[in-house]
Amino acid sequence: MDKTVNQKAWFLVLPVFLVVAFSAVLPLMTVVNYSMQDTFGNNQFFWNGVGWFKELLDPSTDLGGRFLASLGRNLFFSLVILAIEVPLGIVVALSMPRQGWTVAACLVILALPLLIPWNVVGTIWQIFGRPDIGLLGYVLNHIGIDYNYVSNDIDAWVTVIVMDVWHWTSLVALLCYAGLKSIPEAYYQAAQIDGASRWAVFKAIQLPKMNRVLLIAVLLRFMDSFMIYTEPFVVTGGGPGNSTTFVSIELVKIALGQFDLGKAAALSLVYNLIILIVCWIFYTVMTNAGNERKHQEGAA
Amino acid sequence: MHSIPGRRAIMAMFLIFLLLPIYWLVNMSFKTNAEIVSTMTLWPHTPTLQHYRRIFTDESWYSGYINSLEYVVLNTIISISVALPAAYAFSRYRFLGDKHLFFWLLSNRMAPAAVYALPFFNLYSAIGLFDTPWAVALAHCIFNVPLAVWILEGFVSGVPREIDETAFLDGYSFPRFFLRILVPLIASGIGVAAFFCFMFSWVELLLARTLTSVSAKPIAAIMTRTVSAAGMDWGLLAAAGVLTIIPGALVIWFVRNYIASGFALGRV
Repeated sequence: MDKTVNQKAWFLVLPVFLVVAFSAVLPLMTVVNYSMQDTFGNNQFFWNGVGWFKELLDPSTDLGGRFLASLGRNLFFSLVILAIEVPLGIVVALSMPRQGWTVAACLVILALPLLIPWNVVGTIWQIFGRPDIGLLGYVLNHIGIDYNYVSNDIDAWVTVIVMDVWHWTSLVALLCYAGLKSIPEAYYQAAQIDGASRWAVFKAIQLPKMNRVLLIAVLLRFMDSFMIYTEPFVVTGGGPGNSTTFVSIELVKIALGQFDLGKAAALSLVYNLIILIVCWIFYTVMTNAGNERKHQEGAA
Repeated sequence: MHSIPGRRAIMAMFLIFLLLPIYWLVNMSFKTNAEIVSTMTLWPHTPTLQHYRRIFTDESWYSGYINSLEYVVLNTIISISVALPAAYAFSRYRFLGDKHLFFWLLSNRMAPAAVYALPFFNLYSAIGLFDTPWAVALAHCIFNVPLAVWILEGFVSGVPREIDETAFLDGYSFPRFFLRILVPLIASGIGVAAFFCFMFSWVELLLARTLTSVSAKPIAAIMTRTVSAAGMDWGLLAAAGVLTIIPGALVIWFVRNYIASGFALGRV
Protein backbone atom coordinates (compact mmCIF):
# COMPACT_ATOMS: atom_id res chain seq x y z
CA MET A 1 0.00 0.00 0.00
CA ASP A 2 1.61 3.25 -1.08
CA LYS A 3 1.30 6.42 0.91
CA THR A 4 -0.44 9.36 -0.66
CA VAL A 5 1.52 12.54 -1.25
CA ASN A 6 0.10 15.32 0.88
CA GLN A 7 2.13 18.40 1.74
CA LYS A 8 -0.44 19.49 4.31
CA ALA A 9 0.88 16.69 6.50
CA TRP A 10 3.56 19.17 7.47
CA PHE A 11 1.01 20.88 9.71
CA LEU A 12 0.67 17.68 11.70
CA VAL A 13 4.43 17.38 12.04
CA LEU A 14 4.96 21.02 12.89
CA PRO A 15 4.52 20.75 16.69
CA VAL A 16 7.13 17.99 16.88
CA PHE A 17 9.42 19.93 14.61
CA LEU A 18 9.16 23.06 16.76
CA VAL A 19 9.64 21.26 20.09
CA VAL A 20 12.66 19.30 18.91
CA ALA A 21 14.16 22.22 17.04
CA PHE A 22 13.84 24.35 20.16
CA SER A 23 15.70 21.83 22.27
CA ALA A 24 18.14 20.56 19.65
CA VAL A 25 18.96 23.23 17.08
CA LEU A 26 19.17 26.26 19.37
CA PRO A 27 21.57 24.65 21.85
CA LEU A 28 23.61 23.17 19.04
CA MET A 29 24.10 26.63 17.57
CA THR A 30 25.53 27.79 20.88
CA VAL A 31 27.87 24.83 20.78
CA VAL A 32 29.06 25.67 17.28
CA ASN A 33 29.62 29.26 18.35
CA TYR A 34 31.66 28.28 21.41
CA SER A 35 33.70 25.71 19.52
CA MET A 36 35.42 28.46 17.51
CA GLN A 37 36.30 30.62 20.49
CA ASP A 38 38.48 30.72 23.55
CA THR A 39 37.62 32.29 26.86
CA PHE A 40 39.61 33.55 29.80
CA GLY A 41 36.52 33.92 31.95
CA ASN A 42 34.53 37.14 32.56
CA ASN A 43 32.50 36.41 29.44
CA GLN A 44 35.38 37.59 27.21
CA PHE A 45 35.73 35.49 24.12
CA PHE A 46 38.44 35.31 21.48
CA TRP A 47 38.24 33.89 18.01
CA ASN A 48 40.06 30.59 17.77
CA GLY A 49 38.87 29.24 14.41
CA VAL A 50 39.42 25.53 13.99
CA GLY A 51 42.17 25.48 16.63
CA TRP A 52 40.25 23.32 19.08
CA PHE A 53 39.41 20.79 16.39
CA LYS A 54 43.04 20.50 15.36
CA GLU A 55 44.05 19.96 18.97
CA LEU A 56 41.25 17.48 19.49
CA LEU A 57 42.40 15.17 16.73
CA ASP A 58 46.10 15.40 17.59
CA PRO A 59 47.01 12.80 20.23
CA SER A 60 50.18 14.65 21.23
CA THR A 61 48.25 17.53 22.85
CA ASP A 62 46.60 17.24 26.25
CA LEU A 63 43.05 17.65 24.90
CA GLY A 64 43.57 15.32 21.94
CA GLY A 65 45.22 12.68 24.09
CA ARG A 66 42.39 12.69 26.58
CA PHE A 67 39.70 12.64 23.90
CA LEU A 68 41.19 9.85 21.81
CA ALA A 69 41.96 7.73 24.88
CA SER A 70 38.41 8.08 26.20
CA LEU A 71 37.05 7.38 22.71
CA GLY A 72 39.10 4.19 22.52
CA ARG A 73 37.94 3.08 25.96
CA ASN A 74 34.35 3.84 25.05
CA LEU A 75 34.45 1.87 21.77
CA PHE A 76 36.03 -1.08 23.55
CA PHE A 77 33.36 -0.90 26.25
CA SER A 78 30.53 -0.78 23.67
CA LEU A 79 31.92 -3.76 21.76
CA VAL A 80 32.36 -5.84 24.92
CA ILE A 81 28.87 -5.21 26.22
CA LEU A 82 27.34 -5.88 22.77
CA ALA A 83 29.27 -9.16 22.57
CA ILE A 84 27.87 -10.20 25.95
CA GLU A 85 24.38 -8.72 25.97
CA VAL A 86 23.15 -9.73 22.51
CA PRO A 87 23.84 -13.50 22.79
CA LEU A 88 22.77 -13.54 26.45
CA GLY A 89 19.59 -11.63 25.62
CA ILE A 90 18.73 -14.15 22.88
CA VAL A 91 19.33 -17.07 25.24
CA VAL A 92 17.15 -15.49 27.95
CA ALA A 93 14.38 -14.77 25.42
CA LEU A 94 14.48 -18.41 24.29
CA SER A 95 14.29 -19.49 27.93
CA MET A 96 11.07 -17.60 28.65
CA PRO A 97 8.26 -19.79 29.97
CA ARG A 98 5.51 -20.37 27.43
CA GLN A 99 2.34 -19.69 29.41
CA GLY A 100 0.83 -19.24 32.84
CA TRP A 101 1.48 -16.65 35.51
CA THR A 102 5.24 -17.21 35.31
CA VAL A 103 5.31 -15.30 32.01
CA ALA A 104 4.04 -12.10 33.61
CA ALA A 105 6.29 -12.61 36.63
CA CYS A 106 9.38 -13.08 34.46
CA LEU A 107 8.50 -10.05 32.31
CA VAL A 108 8.05 -7.80 35.34
CA ILE A 109 11.33 -8.89 36.93
CA LEU A 110 13.17 -8.56 33.61
CA ALA A 111 11.87 -5.02 33.12
CA LEU A 112 12.68 -3.94 36.68
CA PRO A 113 16.33 -2.89 36.14
CA LEU A 114 15.28 -0.76 33.15
CA LEU A 115 13.16 1.53 35.34
CA ILE A 116 15.68 2.19 38.06
CA PRO A 117 17.18 5.71 37.80
CA TRP A 118 20.68 5.43 36.39
CA ASN A 119 22.44 6.86 39.39
CA VAL A 120 20.58 4.42 41.64
CA VAL A 121 21.85 1.63 39.38
CA GLY A 122 25.31 3.00 40.12
CA THR A 123 24.55 3.18 43.83
CA ILE A 124 23.26 -0.39 43.89
CA TRP A 125 26.47 -1.72 42.37
CA GLN A 126 28.65 0.59 44.40
CA ILE A 127 27.17 -0.90 47.56
CA PHE A 128 26.98 -4.45 46.19
CA GLY A 129 30.63 -4.51 45.14
CA ARG A 130 32.26 -2.94 48.18
CA PRO A 131 34.60 -5.39 49.94
CA ASP A 132 33.49 -4.23 53.41
CA ILE A 133 29.70 -3.92 53.19
CA GLY A 134 28.72 -5.38 49.79
CA LEU A 135 27.71 -8.99 49.29
CA LEU A 136 29.65 -9.42 46.04
CA GLY A 137 32.86 -7.82 47.20
CA TYR A 138 32.71 -9.58 50.56
CA VAL A 139 32.15 -13.03 49.07
CA LEU A 140 34.80 -12.60 46.37
CA ASN A 141 37.41 -11.49 48.88
CA HIS A 142 36.55 -14.34 51.22
CA ILE A 143 36.95 -17.03 48.60
CA GLY A 144 40.43 -15.72 47.92
CA ILE A 145 39.95 -13.35 44.99
CA ASP A 146 41.49 -9.98 45.66
CA TYR A 147 38.71 -7.71 44.38
CA ASN A 148 38.53 -3.97 44.86
CA TYR A 149 36.97 -1.77 42.18
CA VAL A 150 38.26 1.42 43.77
CA SER A 151 41.95 0.70 43.38
CA ASN A 152 42.28 -1.93 40.66
CA ASP A 153 41.73 -1.03 36.98
CA ILE A 154 40.62 -4.48 35.89
CA ASP A 155 38.21 -4.87 38.79
CA ALA A 156 36.71 -1.47 37.98
CA TRP A 157 36.21 -2.50 34.35
CA VAL A 158 34.67 -5.83 35.30
CA THR A 159 32.30 -4.06 37.70
CA VAL A 160 31.22 -1.52 35.10
CA ILE A 161 30.66 -4.22 32.46
CA VAL A 162 28.77 -6.56 34.79
CA MET A 163 26.67 -3.61 35.90
CA ASP A 164 25.77 -2.77 32.30
CA VAL A 165 24.94 -6.40 31.58
CA TRP A 166 22.72 -6.41 34.66
CA HIS A 167 21.10 -3.15 33.65
CA TRP A 168 20.43 -3.65 29.94
CA THR A 169 20.43 -7.34 28.94
CA SER A 170 16.71 -7.34 29.74
CA LEU A 171 16.08 -4.83 26.96
CA VAL A 172 17.64 -7.16 24.38
CA ALA A 173 15.78 -10.12 25.89
CA LEU A 174 12.41 -8.35 25.84
CA LEU A 175 12.88 -7.22 22.24
CA CYS A 176 13.83 -10.75 21.14
CA TYR A 177 10.92 -12.18 23.09
CA ALA A 178 8.56 -9.87 21.21
CA GLY A 179 10.06 -11.10 17.92
CA LEU A 180 9.70 -14.74 18.95
CA LYS A 181 6.08 -14.27 20.02
CA SER A 182 5.15 -13.18 16.49
CA ILE A 183 6.15 -16.55 14.99
CA PRO A 184 3.02 -18.56 14.11
CA GLU A 185 2.75 -22.04 15.63
CA ALA A 186 2.43 -23.53 12.11
CA TYR A 187 6.09 -22.77 11.38
CA TYR A 188 7.18 -24.96 14.28
CA GLN A 189 4.83 -27.75 13.26
CA ALA A 190 6.21 -27.69 9.74
CA ALA A 191 9.73 -27.84 11.10
CA GLN A 192 8.78 -30.80 13.26
CA ILE A 193 7.36 -32.68 10.29
CA ASP A 194 10.57 -32.02 8.38
CA GLY A 195 12.51 -33.37 11.35
CA ALA A 196 14.50 -30.17 11.73
CA SER A 197 17.03 -30.04 14.54
CA ARG A 198 16.83 -27.52 17.37
CA TRP A 199 19.70 -25.55 15.79
CA ALA A 200 18.03 -25.58 12.36
CA VAL A 201 14.81 -24.22 13.86
CA PHE A 202 16.78 -21.41 15.47
CA LYS A 203 18.68 -20.56 12.31
CA ALA A 204 15.87 -20.89 9.78
CA ILE A 205 12.84 -19.69 11.75
CA GLN A 206 13.66 -17.84 14.94
CA LEU A 207 16.70 -15.81 13.94
CA PRO A 208 15.17 -14.36 10.73
CA LYS A 209 12.05 -13.37 12.67
CA MET A 210 14.19 -11.64 15.28
CA ASN A 211 16.26 -9.79 12.69
CA ARG A 212 14.44 -6.49 12.86
CA VAL A 213 14.10 -6.31 16.62
CA LEU A 214 17.72 -7.39 17.01
CA LEU A 215 18.76 -4.52 14.80
CA ILE A 216 16.80 -2.12 17.03
CA ALA A 217 18.40 -3.73 20.08
CA VAL A 218 21.93 -3.40 18.72
CA LEU A 219 21.28 0.20 17.69
CA LEU A 220 19.88 1.21 21.08
CA ARG A 221 22.55 -0.63 23.04
CA PHE A 222 25.39 0.75 20.95
CA MET A 223 24.15 4.31 21.20
CA ASP A 224 23.33 4.21 24.88
CA SER A 225 26.61 2.55 25.82
CA PHE A 226 28.45 5.06 23.67
CA MET A 227 27.02 7.94 25.66
CA ILE A 228 27.09 6.22 29.05
CA TYR A 229 27.73 8.66 31.87
CA THR A 230 25.86 8.29 35.13
CA GLU A 231 26.39 4.66 36.09
CA PRO A 232 30.20 4.46 35.81
CA PHE A 233 30.46 7.98 37.22
CA VAL A 234 28.65 6.96 40.38
CA VAL A 235 30.53 3.69 40.80
CA THR A 236 34.09 4.56 39.85
CA GLY A 237 34.02 8.32 39.17
CA GLY A 238 35.99 7.52 36.00
CA GLY A 239 38.81 5.99 37.98
CA PRO A 240 40.99 4.51 39.21
CA GLY A 241 43.09 7.15 37.48
CA ASN A 242 41.36 7.55 34.13
CA SER A 243 40.78 3.89 33.44
CA THR A 244 36.97 4.07 33.23
CA THR A 245 36.65 7.65 31.94
CA PHE A 246 34.34 7.41 28.93
CA VAL A 247 33.71 10.18 26.41
CA SER A 248 30.71 11.68 28.23
CA ILE A 249 32.55 11.72 31.54
CA GLU A 250 35.51 13.46 29.92
CA LEU A 251 33.18 15.95 28.27
CA VAL A 252 31.36 16.86 31.47
CA LYS A 253 34.70 17.20 33.25
CA ILE A 254 35.85 19.73 30.66
CA ALA A 255 32.55 21.57 30.27
CA LEU A 256 31.11 21.77 33.78
CA GLY A 257 34.25 20.99 35.78
CA GLN A 258 36.86 23.22 34.16
CA PHE A 259 34.36 25.42 32.32
CA ASP A 260 36.55 25.20 29.21
CA LEU A 261 33.70 26.06 26.89
CA GLY A 262 35.63 26.11 23.62
CA LYS A 263 37.26 22.73 24.11
CA ALA A 264 34.06 21.18 25.39
CA ALA A 265 32.07 22.50 22.45
CA ALA A 266 34.56 21.20 19.90
CA LEU A 267 34.52 17.82 21.60
CA SER A 268 30.71 17.86 21.61
CA LEU A 269 30.55 18.46 17.88
CA VAL A 270 32.96 15.67 17.00
CA TYR A 271 31.17 13.36 19.44
CA ASN A 272 27.81 14.21 17.91
CA LEU A 273 29.16 13.69 14.41
CA ILE A 274 30.34 10.17 15.23
CA ILE A 275 26.90 9.35 16.68
CA LEU A 276 25.20 10.81 13.63
CA ILE A 277 27.27 8.71 11.22
CA VAL A 278 26.67 5.47 13.11
CA CYS A 279 22.99 6.31 13.40
CA TRP A 280 22.77 6.95 9.66
CA ILE A 281 24.42 3.60 8.85
CA PHE A 282 21.94 1.76 11.06
CA TYR A 283 19.00 3.69 9.62
CA THR A 284 20.01 2.84 6.05
CA VAL A 285 20.48 -0.82 6.90
CA MET A 286 17.14 -0.86 8.68
CA THR A 287 15.11 0.77 5.89
CA ASN A 288 16.81 -1.48 3.33
CA ALA A 289 15.94 -4.55 5.37
CA GLY A 290 12.34 -3.29 5.56
CA ASN A 291 12.15 -2.71 1.80
CA GLU A 292 13.60 -6.12 1.01
CA ARG A 293 11.02 -7.75 3.21
CA LYS A 294 8.25 -5.86 1.46
CA HIS A 295 9.57 -6.97 -1.93
CA GLN A 296 9.68 -10.59 -0.84
CA GLU A 297 6.17 -10.42 0.54
CA GLY A 298 5.00 -8.72 -2.63
CA ALA A 299 6.52 -11.43 -4.81
CA ALA A 300 5.08 -14.28 -2.77
CA MET B 1 9.91 -26.88 20.30
CA HIS B 2 10.28 -23.16 20.91
CA SER B 3 12.59 -23.42 23.81
CA ILE B 4 16.05 -24.62 24.56
CA PRO B 5 17.32 -27.34 26.88
CA GLY B 6 17.76 -26.27 30.48
CA ARG B 7 15.66 -23.17 30.00
CA ARG B 8 14.25 -23.21 33.52
CA ALA B 9 17.71 -23.25 35.04
CA ILE B 10 18.93 -20.45 32.74
CA MET B 11 15.91 -18.30 33.49
CA ALA B 12 16.16 -18.90 37.23
CA MET B 13 19.85 -18.04 37.28
CA PHE B 14 19.32 -14.87 35.28
CA LEU B 15 16.47 -13.72 37.50
CA ILE B 16 18.58 -14.35 40.61
CA PHE B 17 21.37 -12.34 39.03
CA LEU B 18 18.91 -9.48 38.48
CA LEU B 19 17.34 -9.62 41.91
CA LEU B 20 20.37 -10.17 44.13
CA PRO B 21 21.78 -6.61 43.96
CA ILE B 22 18.28 -5.18 44.46
CA TYR B 23 17.76 -7.45 47.46
CA TRP B 24 21.02 -6.22 48.93
CA LEU B 25 19.84 -2.62 48.63
CA VAL B 26 16.49 -3.39 50.29
CA ASN B 27 18.29 -5.39 52.96
CA MET B 28 20.58 -2.49 53.79
CA SER B 29 17.76 0.05 53.89
CA PHE B 30 16.28 -1.78 56.91
CA LYS B 31 19.56 -2.05 58.82
CA THR B 32 20.96 0.43 61.28
CA ASN B 33 24.19 2.07 60.18
CA ALA B 34 26.02 0.37 63.04
CA GLU B 35 24.96 -3.02 61.74
CA ILE B 36 25.92 -2.18 58.15
CA VAL B 37 29.44 -1.13 59.04
CA SER B 38 30.25 -3.60 61.78
CA THR B 39 28.99 -6.98 60.58
CA MET B 40 28.10 -8.79 57.40
CA THR B 41 24.52 -10.00 57.79
CA LEU B 42 22.37 -11.54 55.08
CA TRP B 43 19.20 -10.07 56.55
CA PRO B 44 18.63 -7.22 59.04
CA HIS B 45 19.08 -8.59 62.57
CA THR B 46 17.84 -5.42 64.20
CA PRO B 47 15.35 -4.18 61.57
CA THR B 48 14.65 -0.47 61.67
CA LEU B 49 12.50 2.00 59.78
CA GLN B 50 14.55 5.01 60.84
CA HIS B 51 15.87 5.74 57.34
CA TYR B 52 12.41 5.69 55.76
CA ARG B 53 11.02 7.78 58.61
CA ARG B 54 13.71 10.38 58.02
CA ILE B 55 12.91 10.60 54.29
CA PHE B 56 9.17 10.93 54.82
CA THR B 57 9.45 13.58 57.52
CA ASP B 58 12.25 15.73 56.10
CA GLU B 59 10.94 18.07 53.40
CA SER B 60 14.29 18.41 51.68
CA TRP B 61 14.05 14.66 51.01
CA TYR B 62 10.46 13.99 50.08
CA SER B 63 10.12 17.14 47.98
CA GLY B 64 12.66 15.53 45.64
CA TYR B 65 10.20 12.77 44.81
CA ILE B 66 7.46 15.30 44.12
CA ASN B 67 9.79 17.34 41.88
CA SER B 68 10.82 14.26 39.93
CA LEU B 69 7.26 13.09 39.39
CA GLU B 70 6.23 16.59 38.37
CA TYR B 71 8.62 16.91 35.45
CA VAL B 72 8.20 13.27 34.42
CA VAL B 73 4.42 13.68 34.12
CA LEU B 74 4.76 17.02 32.34
CA ASN B 75 7.22 15.54 29.90
CA THR B 76 5.03 12.51 29.19
CA ILE B 77 2.02 14.72 28.45
CA ILE B 78 3.96 17.07 26.15
CA SER B 79 5.69 14.24 24.32
CA ILE B 80 2.55 12.23 23.62
CA SER B 81 0.42 15.18 22.57
CA VAL B 82 2.89 16.52 20.00
CA ALA B 83 3.93 13.06 18.82
CA LEU B 84 0.44 11.77 18.04
CA PRO B 85 -0.38 13.94 14.99
CA ALA B 86 3.17 13.56 13.70
CA ALA B 87 2.99 9.78 13.97
CA TYR B 88 -0.22 9.85 11.95
CA ALA B 89 1.39 12.04 9.28
CA PHE B 90 4.48 9.82 8.99
CA SER B 91 2.34 6.71 8.82
CA ARG B 92 -0.19 7.90 6.22
CA TYR B 93 1.34 10.56 4.01
CA ARG B 94 4.38 11.26 1.95
CA PHE B 95 5.55 14.86 2.08
CA LEU B 96 8.53 16.99 1.29
CA GLY B 97 11.52 15.90 3.36
CA ASP B 98 9.64 13.26 5.34
CA LYS B 99 12.45 10.71 5.38
CA HIS B 100 15.07 13.27 6.32
CA LEU B 101 12.86 14.62 9.05
CA PHE B 102 12.32 11.15 10.46
CA PHE B 103 16.03 10.47 10.48
CA TRP B 104 16.75 13.82 12.07
CA LEU B 105 14.26 13.06 14.84
CA LEU B 106 15.78 9.65 15.38
CA SER B 107 19.29 11.06 15.54
CA ASN B 108 18.17 13.34 18.38
CA ARG B 109 17.07 10.32 20.37
CA MET B 110 20.68 9.17 20.11
CA ALA B 111 22.34 12.48 20.95
CA PRO B 112 24.46 12.30 24.12
CA ALA B 113 22.95 14.22 27.03
CA ALA B 114 26.42 15.37 28.04
CA VAL B 115 26.64 17.44 24.85
CA TYR B 116 23.47 19.33 25.72
CA ALA B 117 24.06 19.85 29.43
CA LEU B 118 25.85 23.17 29.12
CA PRO B 119 23.87 24.75 26.23
CA PHE B 120 20.62 23.80 27.96
CA PHE B 121 21.85 25.46 31.11
CA ASN B 122 22.46 28.68 29.12
CA LEU B 123 19.21 28.44 27.17
CA TYR B 124 16.89 27.82 30.10
CA SER B 125 18.65 30.40 32.27
CA ALA B 126 18.19 32.95 29.49
CA ILE B 127 14.44 32.39 29.19
CA GLY B 128 13.92 32.23 32.94
CA LEU B 129 12.88 28.59 33.20
CA PHE B 130 15.98 27.44 35.07
CA ASP B 131 15.18 25.48 38.23
CA THR B 132 11.57 24.79 37.25
CA PRO B 133 10.04 21.44 36.33
CA TRP B 134 9.29 22.92 32.88
CA ALA B 135 12.98 23.18 32.05
CA VAL B 136 13.62 19.51 32.74
CA ALA B 137 10.36 18.44 31.06
CA LEU B 138 11.24 20.38 27.88
CA ALA B 139 14.86 19.21 27.94
CA HIS B 140 13.79 15.58 28.15
CA CYS B 141 11.63 16.11 25.06
CA ILE B 142 14.79 15.92 22.99
CA PHE B 143 14.94 12.17 23.39
CA ASN B 144 11.34 11.35 24.36
CA VAL B 145 9.49 13.07 21.50
CA PRO B 146 11.41 11.18 18.77
CA LEU B 147 10.92 7.94 20.65
CA ALA B 148 7.19 8.59 21.03
CA VAL B 149 6.87 9.39 17.31
CA TRP B 150 8.75 6.22 16.47
CA ILE B 151 6.59 3.97 18.68
CA LEU B 152 3.26 5.58 17.75
CA GLU B 153 4.06 5.46 14.04
CA GLY B 154 4.31 1.68 14.34
CA PHE B 155 0.94 1.47 16.06
CA VAL B 156 -0.85 3.89 13.68
CA SER B 157 0.44 1.87 10.73
CA GLY B 158 -1.28 -1.14 12.25
CA VAL B 159 -4.66 0.56 11.82
CA PRO B 160 -6.12 -0.23 8.37
CA ARG B 161 -6.43 2.83 6.15
CA GLU B 162 -10.01 1.88 5.22
CA ILE B 163 -11.05 3.04 8.68
CA ASP B 164 -9.85 6.60 7.97
CA GLU B 165 -11.56 6.64 4.61
CA THR B 166 -14.86 5.34 5.95
CA ALA B 167 -14.79 7.93 8.74
CA PHE B 168 -14.17 10.78 6.31
CA LEU B 169 -16.97 9.52 4.03
CA ASP B 170 -19.26 9.48 7.05
CA GLY B 171 -18.55 13.19 7.43
CA TYR B 172 -16.14 13.15 10.32
CA SER B 173 -13.92 16.21 10.46
CA PHE B 174 -10.22 15.52 10.92
CA PRO B 175 -9.99 16.49 14.62
CA ARG B 176 -13.13 14.54 15.43
CA PHE B 177 -11.90 11.48 13.56
CA PHE B 178 -8.58 11.77 15.33
CA LEU B 179 -9.95 11.98 18.86
CA ARG B 180 -13.05 9.79 18.50
CA ILE B 181 -11.77 6.99 16.29
CA LEU B 182 -8.01 6.87 15.96
CA VAL B 183 -7.02 7.54 19.56
CA PRO B 184 -9.27 4.81 21.03
CA LEU B 185 -7.99 2.37 18.39
CA ILE B 186 -4.37 2.85 19.35
CA ALA B 187 -4.99 3.28 23.08
CA SER B 188 -2.60 0.46 23.97
CA GLY B 189 0.06 2.02 21.75
CA ILE B 190 -0.37 5.34 23.55
CA GLY B 191 0.00 3.50 26.82
CA VAL B 192 3.23 1.91 25.63
CA ALA B 193 4.60 5.24 24.40
CA ALA B 194 3.67 6.92 27.67
CA PHE B 195 5.39 4.12 29.54
CA PHE B 196 8.61 4.69 27.60
CA CYS B 197 8.47 8.47 28.07
CA PHE B 198 7.92 7.96 31.77
CA MET B 199 10.77 5.48 31.92
CA PHE B 200 13.43 7.51 30.14
CA SER B 201 12.50 10.74 31.90
CA TRP B 202 12.46 9.03 35.28
CA VAL B 203 15.89 7.41 34.92
CA GLU B 204 17.74 10.39 33.44
CA LEU B 205 19.89 12.36 35.85
CA LEU B 206 22.53 14.40 34.03
CA LEU B 207 20.16 16.95 32.47
CA ALA B 208 17.76 16.95 35.40
CA ARG B 209 20.60 17.76 37.76
CA THR B 210 22.16 20.41 35.54
CA LEU B 211 18.90 22.29 35.02
CA THR B 212 17.84 22.52 38.65
CA SER B 213 19.45 23.99 41.74
CA VAL B 214 17.08 24.28 44.69
CA SER B 215 13.35 24.36 44.15
CA ALA B 216 12.98 21.72 41.44
CA LYS B 217 15.82 19.38 42.37
CA PRO B 218 15.02 15.75 41.51
CA ILE B 219 15.36 13.01 44.09
CA ALA B 220 18.24 11.42 42.23
CA ALA B 221 20.31 14.60 42.62
CA ILE B 222 19.38 15.01 46.28
CA MET B 223 20.69 11.50 46.85
CA THR B 224 24.10 12.20 45.40
CA ARG B 225 24.60 15.51 47.19
CA THR B 226 23.34 14.68 50.66
CA VAL B 227 25.42 11.58 50.79
CA SER B 228 28.66 13.30 49.98
CA ALA B 229 27.91 16.05 52.51
CA ALA B 230 26.92 13.84 55.43
CA GLY B 231 29.78 11.38 55.09
CA MET B 232 28.48 7.95 54.23
CA ASP B 233 25.02 7.35 55.56
CA TRP B 234 24.63 4.01 53.78
CA GLY B 235 21.26 3.12 55.27
CA LEU B 236 19.68 6.39 54.23
CA LEU B 237 21.18 6.13 50.75
CA ALA B 238 19.79 2.60 50.39
CA ALA B 239 16.33 3.64 51.60
CA ALA B 240 16.22 6.55 49.13
CA GLY B 241 17.31 4.15 46.38
CA VAL B 242 14.56 1.67 47.24
CA LEU B 243 11.96 4.45 47.10
CA THR B 244 13.08 5.42 43.58
CA ILE B 245 12.54 1.85 42.39
CA ILE B 246 8.91 1.73 43.56
CA PRO B 247 7.27 4.07 40.97
CA GLY B 248 8.96 2.12 38.17
CA ALA B 249 7.83 -1.19 39.59
CA LEU B 250 4.24 0.10 39.85
CA VAL B 251 4.25 1.30 36.25
CA ILE B 252 5.63 -2.02 35.02
CA TRP B 253 2.90 -3.89 36.88
CA PHE B 254 0.21 -1.89 35.07
CA VAL B 255 1.64 -2.44 31.59
CA ARG B 256 2.89 -6.01 32.11
CA ASN B 257 0.63 -7.41 29.39
CA TYR B 258 1.91 -4.92 26.83
CA ILE B 259 5.59 -5.05 27.77
CA ALA B 260 6.55 -7.55 25.09
CA SER B 261 4.87 -5.84 22.13
CA GLY B 262 5.77 -2.46 23.57
CA PHE B 263 9.46 -3.14 23.64
CA ALA B 264 9.33 -4.09 19.99
CA LEU B 265 8.00 -0.54 19.47
CA GLY B 266 4.89 -1.86 17.74
CA ARG B 267 6.80 -3.18 14.75
CA VAL B 268 7.41 -6.88 14.85
